[in-house]
Amino acid sequence: MAITPDDVRHVAKLARLDFDEAEVARFAKDLGDILEHASKIAELDLADVEPTAHPIKLENVWRPDELRPSLTPEQALANAPAAEEQKFRVPRILEVEEVGE
Amino acid sequence: MSRFETVIGIEVHVELSTNTKMFCGCSNRFGAPPNTNTCPVCLGLPGSLPVVNEQAVRDAMKIGIALNCEVARSCLFHRKNYFYPDMPKDFQISQYDEPICFGGYLDVEGGRVGITRAHMEEDTGKSTHIGEGGRIHDATHSLIDYNRAGVPLIEIVSEPDITGPAHARAYATELRNVLRSLSVSDVKMEEGSMRCDANISLREPGGEFGTKVEIKNMNSLRSLQKALEYEEARQAELLESGKSVTQETRHWNEADGETHSMRSKEEAFDYRYFPEPDLVPQAPPLSLIEEIRSSMPELPASRRARLAEDWALTDQQIFTLTSVDGLLDLVSDAVERGTDPVTATNWATGDVLAKLKTDGVDADQSGLNGHKLADLCELVANGTLSTKLAKQVLITVMETGKGPGEVVEEEGLAQVSDESELAAIAEKIVNDNPGEAERYRAGEEKLLGFFVGQAMKATRGKGNPQALNELFRSKLSE
Repeated sequence: MAITPDDVRHVAKLARLDFDEAEVARFAKDLGDILEHASKIAELDLADVEPTAHPIKLENVWRPDELRPSLTPEQALANAPAAEEQKFRVPRILEVEEVGE
Repeated sequence: MSRFETVIGIEVHVELSTNTKMFCGCSNRFGAPPNTNTCPVCLGLPGSLPVVNEQAVRDAMKIGIALNCEVARSCLFHRKNYFYPDMPKDFQISQYDEPICFGGYLDVEGGRVGITRAHMEEDTGKSTHIGEGGRIHDATHSLIDYNRAGVPLIEIVSEPDITGPAHARAYATELRNVLRSLSVSDVKMEEGSMRCDANISLREPGGEFGTKVEIKNMNSLRSLQKALEYEEARQAELLESGKSVTQETRHWNEADGETHSMRSKEEAFDYRYFPEPDLVPQAPPLSLIEEIRSSMPELPASRRARLAEDWALTDQQIFTLTSVDGLLDLVSDAVERGTDPVTATNWATGDVLAKLKTDGVDADQSGLNGHKLADLCELVANGTLSTKLAKQVLITVMETGKGPGEVVEEEGLAQVSDESELAAIAEKIVNDNPGEAERYRAGEEKLLGFFVGQAMKATRGKGNPQALNELFRSKLSE
């Protein structure tokens, strides 16, 4: 399955990654090779095989609804590049804006 | 009315009131100081692993069963990837093509609404935008509190079966009633524990679906209806004038009563869902599904039918009793103590509700309970209090939590029913008003009200009006 440089740029953008043209070309080839390899599976008759999201047959790993200790706010914020009012401070969010009519 | 048909679908997010979060043991308590209910799992720290809260799975199934859904024999969690600081992991754990419940319906006023699915996911953190007006595009920066990140959330998606703003409100109201009866959430729209987003489009009657617009940010049932009314009119106007509707998300602004476009800078939504590798499939055993099914509480529709039959209440009274938190409990408790259901209901849906609204409190926060309501009704029934005085006593009870008997005693409010005392008052009034007495005797019977009114004035509202009516009638016919 062919991966085009545009596919790579699109996925890179969604993942917030920045590649130069040489990298885009290399990833297009590498990703294509990986999909090519995986597509060999399609040659098999898999009509009776369930899709496998997990290799281990394990279900319903649940925990009781009981409180466990949380971190202190100091611990929680210890790695934050910036904090204010005991909250994580982040740069202004540009993704969405409200516009008038 | 426009010539178009309105098509609405609603997505409701409900925060479960479990003790702990969806995937970690942090407290799920609303209103805690910022970032005090966080841990490596809900902060998305490297190496941490989520573990599913069993109670949340049970609650999800309970909701699905109440909404006549099928419960999946097997389902998965997926990662929904997006970049936004409200989720520190940069993805939200949700369900995608295999929800836990699907294919149900809810009967509401205006017609049955299909339920596409009800699935489990986690809530996001809460952002505060700092800067002018607190609005995102004027902000200099934002502050994030992750207490809410990871709180168990059930998303309930309706079919596009809703035919108008009033139908939408009826659906959301009934859904809230159902959720409340299940005790799985406190369903407070103003606190965000129940949130409604709506998709609305118009079409030629019976034609193809039109372009839909998603509207968000409605924080009450009333604003849900108002936002949809606004959007319905806006779209009709565009279509009538030959323009087209743009597919977009619009924000409801309560202050100006309009919806506003939200422009997204992301070219296209592409959440790149994939199965959450850190969680195994969910396959609720049949025995568990049956256990939940057999322990379901009575749902509002059946409760309403029972009230109509047992208590002979009107639809409107039943609707009010079952829609307002705590009112039905109040009446039930009073009835259990021997109060007539209709009397107790009249108080509850009348003066009690009015006072609760004025004070902005829930029934369980007021000084009144079923026991006191029963006492109050009894004081009216045995003639100690007139209805008017009882209303006064009710206010004091609700404000102070004192018993009605105590209030009557303290404020000297007991109705004067003592025959001799009232007879003396009546006699004096008749003697003081010979002209009116003459006219009454000449056949002007409506003057009886005048005499009773004078007597009420003389007793400062404490005279028993029935006794006074009788007294004057006999005195004036002497």
